[in-house]
Amino acid sequence: MLGHILAARAAGEPDRLLAAIPYAQFLGLSASLDSGELLTTMRYAPHLVGNPALPALHGGTLGALLESAAVFSLLWAAETAVLPKTITITVDYLRSAGPKDTHARGLVTRLGRRVAAVRVDAWQDDRTQLCATATAHFLIKREG
Amino acid sequence: MTAPEDEAAAARRRDRRLAMARAFADNVPHNHALGIVIEAMGDATARFRLPYAAKLVGNPETGVLHGGAITALLDACAGAAVFAALPQLQPIATLDLRIDYLRPAEPGRDVWAEATCHHTSKNVAFVRALAFHADGEPPIATAAGTFMIATKLGNVAPRGGGA
Repeated sequence: MLGHILAARAAGEPDRLLAAIPYAQFLGLSASLDSGELLTTMRYAPHLVGNPALPALHGGTLGALLESAAVFSLLWAAETAVLPKTITITVDYLRSAGPKDTHARGLVTRLGRRVAAVRVDAWQDDRTQLCATATAHFLIKREG
Repeated sequence: MTAPEDEAAAARRRDRRLAMARAFADNVPHNHALGIVIEAMGDATARFRLPYAAKLVGNPETGVLHGGAITALLDACAGAAVFAALPQLQPIATLDLRIDYLRPAEPGRDVWAEATCHHTSKNVAFVRALAFHADGEPPIATAAGTFMIATKLGNVAPRGGGA
């Protein structure tokens, strides 16, 4: 798994990170580079809906997108000898997310030897109108 | 002293309310996509089960479920506990949710979630939840969340007070 990730990074093809992860396929995630930034997108599909009356995406899918995007941005930004393990994630839901594609971008705010902190935002049409944001801590392993 | 007929009527109202809460939780497309089973609903509690499925795996080398699937399970279960606590059914929306991952889920095993709504005020419901493999086993994850009550489609907010 880690070898696969290193190969994807070496090739500059972030989408290859996701190909091997069944759950990423289930959510309809894709990854791309947007002027050097890793962008994770969750393609809209009816099975992602939580509130059919509005309709709005399930909070769990947004949490899963944010967690995945945080992991991807960490893998993209940092050398780690193991796959990051999520210690904790706190998601703030800012506004309801409609039935459309959702994008997420993570920012590694601290990179230690054992722990990394990542802040990650999600939005739909307008990047200044976030639908959810999260902070997460991951267990990693870095040399030196 | 409460008259027996009042108690019977209260019990009927409670059963009706919980049945509606259950139907509401059962009507969530993403819960179906995950394969979530609603095992029980109580006065301010919910018990859900996420059957192990290959499509929910995060690391194909180990077969361990993706953290996101646990997040979705806990969010759904916590939301159901809020429905079960409200005196009348109203739309809710997650305000925030914190999840601590204590240990990885074991491959091949179902994950259970149990949530309790500890308080509902006029606008906000407070919930705690656990994910685990079986009763008596140590938890896989713990969660604390808050939910807004009576969102967009709602019209009447409850008059505060406890669950």
